[in-house]
Amino acid sequence: MAAISEVANPEITNPTSFLLDGQAVDALPGETILQAARRHGVDIPHLCYKDGLRPDGNCRACVVEVKGERALAASCCRTPQEGMDVATTSERARHSQKMVLELLLSDVVETAYTRDSELDTWARALAVGKPRFAPRRQPESDGSHPAIAVNLDACIQCTRCQRACREEQVNDVIGYALRGSQAKIVFDVDDPMGASSCVGCGECVQACPTGALMPAGGVGLVEPDKTVDSVCPYCGVGCLLTYHIKDNKILHVTGRDGPSNHGRLCVKGRYGFDYVNHPQRLTTPLIRKSGAPKSADTTLDPAAVSRVFREASWEEALDRAAGGLKKIRDERGGQALAGFGSAKGSNEEAYLFQKLVRTGFGTNNVDHCTRLCHASSVVALLEGIGSGAVSNQVEDVAEAECIIIIGSNTPENHPVAATFMKNAAKAGKTLVVMDPRRTELARHAAYYLQFKPDTDVALLNAMMHTIIEEGLVHQEFIEQRTQGFNLIKQNVAGFSPEEMEPICGIAAETIREVARRYATASGSMIFWGMGISQHVHGTDNARCLIALALMTGQIGRPGTGLHPLRGQNNVQGASDAGLIPMMFPAYQRVDDDEARRRFEELWSVSLDPRPGLTVVEIIDAILDGQVRGMYIMGENPAMSDPNLHHARQALARLDHLVVQDLFLTETAAFADVVLPASALPEKTGTFTNTDRRVQLGRKALDTPGDARQDLDIIQDMARRLGLDWRYPDTAAVYEEMRWAIPGIEGISWQRLERLDSITYPCWTEDDPGRSVVFQANFPTPDGTARFVPARLIQADELPDAEFPFVLITGRQLEHWHTGAMTRRASVLNAIEPHPVISIHPADLADVDGSEGDLLTIASRRGEITIYARADDSLRRGDIFIPFCYQEAAANLLTNEALDPYGKIPEFKYCAVQVSVNRTAPGFEG
Amino acid sequence: MKHNGERGRKRPKGLRTRPKGRSVDPQALREVQALLADTPRRRDLLIEHLHKIQDHYGHLSAAHLVALAHEMQLAPVEVYEVASFYHHFDVVKEGETPPPTITVRVCDSVSCELAGAEQLIPALEQGIGTTVRVQRVPCVGRCETAPVAVVGQNPIGTASVERVRQAVEHSDTQARLPAGTIDYQSYRADSGYQLLRECINGTREIDSVVQALEDSGLRGLGGAGFPAGRKWRIVRGYKGPRLLAVNIDEGEPGTFKDRYYLERDPHRFLEGMLIASWAAGISEVYIYIRDEYPACLQILRNAVAALAADPPMSLPVIHLRRGAGAYICGEESGMMESIEGKRGMPRLRPPYVAEVGLFGRPTLEHNFETLYWVRDIVQKGAAWFTGHGRNGRKGLRSFSVSGRVQKPGVHLAPAGISLRELIDEYCGGMLPGHELYAYFPGGASGGILPAALANVPLDFDTLQPHGGCFIGSAAIIVLSDKDSAKAAALNAMRFFSHESCGKCTPCRVGTQKAAGLMAQNHWDVPLLEELAQVMGDASICGLGQAAPNPLRCIIQYFPEELT
Repeated sequence: MAAISEVANPEITNPTSFLLDGQAVDALPGETILQAARRHGVDIPHLCYKDGLRPDGNCRACVVEVKGERALAASCCRTPQEGMDVATTSERARHSQKMVLELLLSDVVETAYTRDSELDTWARALAVGKPRFAPRRQPESDGSHPAIAVNLDACIQCTRCQRACREEQVNDVIGYALRGSQAKIVFDVDDPMGASSCVGCGECVQACPTGALMPAGGVGLVEPDKTVDSVCPYCGVGCLLTYHIKDNKILHVTGRDGPSNHGRLCVKGRYGFDYVNHPQRLTTPLIRKSGAPKSADTTLDPAAVSRVFREASWEEALDRAAGGLKKIRDERGGQALAGFGSAKGSNEEAYLFQKLVRTGFGTNNVDHCTRLCHASSVVALLEGIGSGAVSNQVEDVAEAECIIIIGSNTPENHPVAATFMKNAAKAGKTLVVMDPRRTELARHAAYYLQFKPDTDVALLNAMMHTIIEEGLVHQEFIEQRTQGFNLIKQNVAGFSPEEMEPICGIAAETIREVARRYATASGSMIFWGMGISQHVHGTDNARCLIALALMTGQIGRPGTGLHPLRGQNNVQGASDAGLIPMMFPAYQRVDDDEARRRFEELWSVSLDPRPGLTVVEIIDAILDGQVRGMYIMGENPAMSDPNLHHARQALARLDHLVVQDLFLTETAAFADVVLPASALPEKTGTFTNTDRRVQLGRKALDTPGDARQDLDIIQDMARRLGLDWRYPDTAAVYEEMRWAIPGIEGISWQRLERLDSITYPCWTEDDPGRSVVFQANFPTPDGTARFVPARLIQADELPDAEFPFVLITGRQLEHWHTGAMTRRASVLNAIEPHPVISIHPADLADVDGSEGDLLTIASRRGEITIYARADDSLRRGDIFIPFCYQEAAANLLTNEALDPYGKIPEFKYCAVQVSVNRTAPGFEG
Repeated sequence: MKHNGERGRKRPKGLRTRPKGRSVDPQALREVQALLADTPRRRDLLIEHLHKIQDHYGHLSAAHLVALAHEMQLAPVEVYEVASFYHHFDVVKEGETPPPTITVRVCDSVSCELAGAEQLIPALEQGIGTTVRVQRVPCVGRCETAPVAVVGQNPIGTASVERVRQAVEHSDTQARLPAGTIDYQSYRADSGYQLLRECINGTREIDSVVQALEDSGLRGLGGAGFPAGRKWRIVRGYKGPRLLAVNIDEGEPGTFKDRYYLERDPHRFLEGMLIASWAAGISEVYIYIRDEYPACLQILRNAVAALAADPPMSLPVIHLRRGAGAYICGEESGMMESIEGKRGMPRLRPPYVAEVGLFGRPTLEHNFETLYWVRDIVQKGAAWFTGHGRNGRKGLRSFSVSGRVQKPGVHLAPAGISLRELIDEYCGGMLPGHELYAYFPGGASGGILPAALANVPLDFDTLQPHGGCFIGSAAIIVLSDKDSAKAAALNAMRFFSHESCGKCTPCRVGTQKAAGLMAQNHWDVPLLEELAQVMGDASICGLGQAAPNPLRCIIQYFPEELT
């Protein structure tokens, strides 16, 4: 039976030669006719095709004539075959191309919603006149979404938005419903966009060729003065974007093909930009009026600033700001001062700020919000594998076979990173989601483990128990590249999945299956977030994840590794730059004599060998009277710290507080001097994302009023503290930093200006950067990694009869951190305008509440009033409150108990009571 | 979506009291879980699960759709866009009225229109009360008894208001199994499955069986006419696992031959199907049957169950899948999308389904009737099949004949027979008082030919020279001097517009614009010709490509109707 045999499928690696309009041309492997033609200068009309989206071939504007074929072929989908004879402009091809355009033109309104309708562009190019067909009945417009205008009377059913929403972002909101001439774009079950599950990422807007989906408010019709390529100011994903500017205002934002986002953005990055123009923006320095009291109990109404502050010149404000700090330093010594820098600022700002504290104040009391997010992860990573940075980049999910995401609500906190994880799940990878809250990722997961809060170690040790018991460890890796496996082996012996099942609430067999899958996959990655780190056992949690990767050898190769998802745009960079109390730049310990000598030489000063205090320790030290003055740049501890009442009392107690920020934040309300600073779009600087990519942000706007560049303010402060600093520009600071931080040596400023984004470690100017690290050894003294066992430790405060609920805090998609920026971004605040607590509907019913009721939530430390949101993605007994709402500040409730190693507070667990509040007036929008 | 305002406190603007989008209603979820019971929640079963809800509740509420999505780990939109694609699903959102308990579907395709559907439909709308929904639907595959109305699932031929009313009043809404179906025992008794056993036990070799098929010249009888034997060889050549998809989505207006044979001899088809599976190395078989054929589905279920209870050999896994009212799912790739639980939108080719078909696997796709003839051809020999034929053509064709003839029905006749011969020899001539005027040689998509061309041999390839017509599924609709070819062409174009999947512009927009232009008294012929060209040249699948055939035929053969 010779004719019936397996058909060989030869890998096509050589270019294909074919005839394009009579000319012999080549097509690269995988290239379509359309792409090859474009490369050869022949632009075939197309509408439903867009680079980066799966070609669908539905519009038929790109049809071409292939000799010997009965019908025309869609050039966006067809790959040329050797010798194929393709005519793109033959009479027959042109007829169909033009008729398709005419048919579509007949069905769209003449109203322009965009400045560059691709349909109009092609119609002009092919000289298609006024359509000769009767128009369709037009659908009504949908203005229900604050950010996106939906005008389906301009829709040509090309489904680019659907593919952007479903296949690229995998938000699964947009569909193509009904059929035939009724077929239309819908949201969910044909709901108004604003009432749908739309997360506002705007990928559909970016994909739409005709303006049927556009930024709301008609800004798409305004011609910008300029466009500026920069980087997103929000989370650690580090999306590259382009600002479209008119009259020193951002009109709208588009995603750029950055290595971490490939054109994708989320609602914050795309629509959360107008905070820079908010009326509450600080535009002039402020000095506290004498006698204006500082009270921990009241929050300052930003509209009533003039009762507390008076405006001042920069000269006066800087003299007062620096003078107050200098006085304390000179009278009480540098230990009486402390500084909080910010992970929102640039690397250069972080570097100069810590240098100012170390050399100008003479103390290591400098810290920032890394303490509140991944401090415990970093401690465990440094101890275990010698480096706190991620081993593999997010994009490596494409190489992995199994992906574990634990303690991370990635779709809300790292939305664009989550899209790549969802892409991986769609491509058939095993996604494992472990989280007490059922996040959006759970729907895409092969395994979703809704374990009990606080039981991470039980769950993870049970996985390790399974791996060891079933002989799934990577013996060779353990022997050659690790130390201390026996400690782990002994430790997890008592953690069988069967014994842990009642503790963590996950069926033993499920734990075993997941453990097997993780251990045996060709590549397994672990991503984690604050759900791991913000516990009193946060370091232990991270130690377990590290041990899992080490015992299975799931690190040091593409598609493996450990990735603590960085929360803020520059938390990686700020830490690298030394904005931490026990370490100089590049994690060189201040109590290491050699490291210190190196920096003393670089900075030409003598440095304090004692590690400084951490964020929460500084607050305690203020209350103890040891710390008397502070300089806070861009941080908002009066919202972000645990047990806020305690933190606010401390801030109120300071003799002298200088706050440098965009707004009169809750922290600035306690300030003696407020210095108006620059927002990200107003400055040039580098930012290091979660992937270890150093990325260049470029100045797109001028600062408003008298607000100034942070780098200039820091230098002015420094000079008043006796430091002779003269950095001519940002690049000069960066170049000094490059000397201080091994690993970014290969990333010169010029190179950044050219490439925008470069991964470190990067040793030379022609080094592309190492996306996967630890391939041969770990950056520890002996090159091997260390297993550190973890035992069960309970949360500091367990629920009881009086406080029966477990409070979990965190962020929500639209609001970032303490809300200083996002609550002043009109679109974001329109989508989530009011403080809400998420609570299981059955729990809500149990406290006799209904959705939308005001609830009082009380802990042993404070109470707040907040609206109820019925949300069955929570377990019974757990509640969730975002900490961005100053009018219902979640951190008034949280517990300041610390992880002993990372000094990170337990934001993810404390005991509260819930009751319906029938008397409070509620909040106005 | 509901906001609970019972506490009476004013809620601030924009407050979200639930997560974005629709929340899952616990009651709806319990109902869906009860209906799905222990059936798998796999994506490809979405349409089956939607049927369960539609059958039980008479419609699909938005709450049930959202609950089903949750249960199947899908997004609500993934369920909604599928549900809204198929005409047999009634999506009902909040504030909308669910349809009445009984739906009467009245066919308004060409054969039924000739038989008075246009008078019947308004009469029914007025005449049988408000508790019933009267719906115009495309061909239900019973054209020999036109006009046809289907009460629930109960088809009523030569329908009248009175007969429909009686069925409604007696809630006579179930499909009845036809009498005379050859059951498993009888089929076995008549040497049934003997050939299959010979194949399995090595008495016959794959090559000889495939050779017999090739020698017989048997071609795909769904309409595309691809040589069956060659298809088996091609599919077998691809790396397994390989699948077989059987197309019983007989929706081409005027076609009812598959139903005819299925109602009579289902095992002859199943044996052919199993021989094809053996020859092409198939591991799983999917049979897709249109929802308009509930009795046939039951016959098949019974037949497969009987086969499984007493298998003559080890069987491949056989899945039965129920369509949901979409002509386009008769297109092979549209059918595969539908079997996968998706909107039945055809795929671009290449790749061809033989290589990348159902679930991305190499797939042998066959029309029911093609497989029905396998046993006879192999057992009786290719020469038996090729011994038939007329006018220089070879083989047998099952003509579904409807329209103005004395004896409409399925007529097995020699391939190549002319229409004139077919009417005279098999159909008992024209109806009294009717003279042959025109005919559709291959359903709505095969074009319309004038009486002057009634002597052309009817077979694959013979009609192409005549206005690009084709025989397709051999559905012959006969028009007389009492009929208008132009009106029939408009009927056909409206059908295509109604049944277009909506994916590609030439078909989605083209059929609609064409139907609009063709409804005018005066046709804008140059514009229609331009439109016909883009539809034929640039549509993705056969629906759009063939849609202009009747239109073009009117311009070419019936110019007098346009003046």
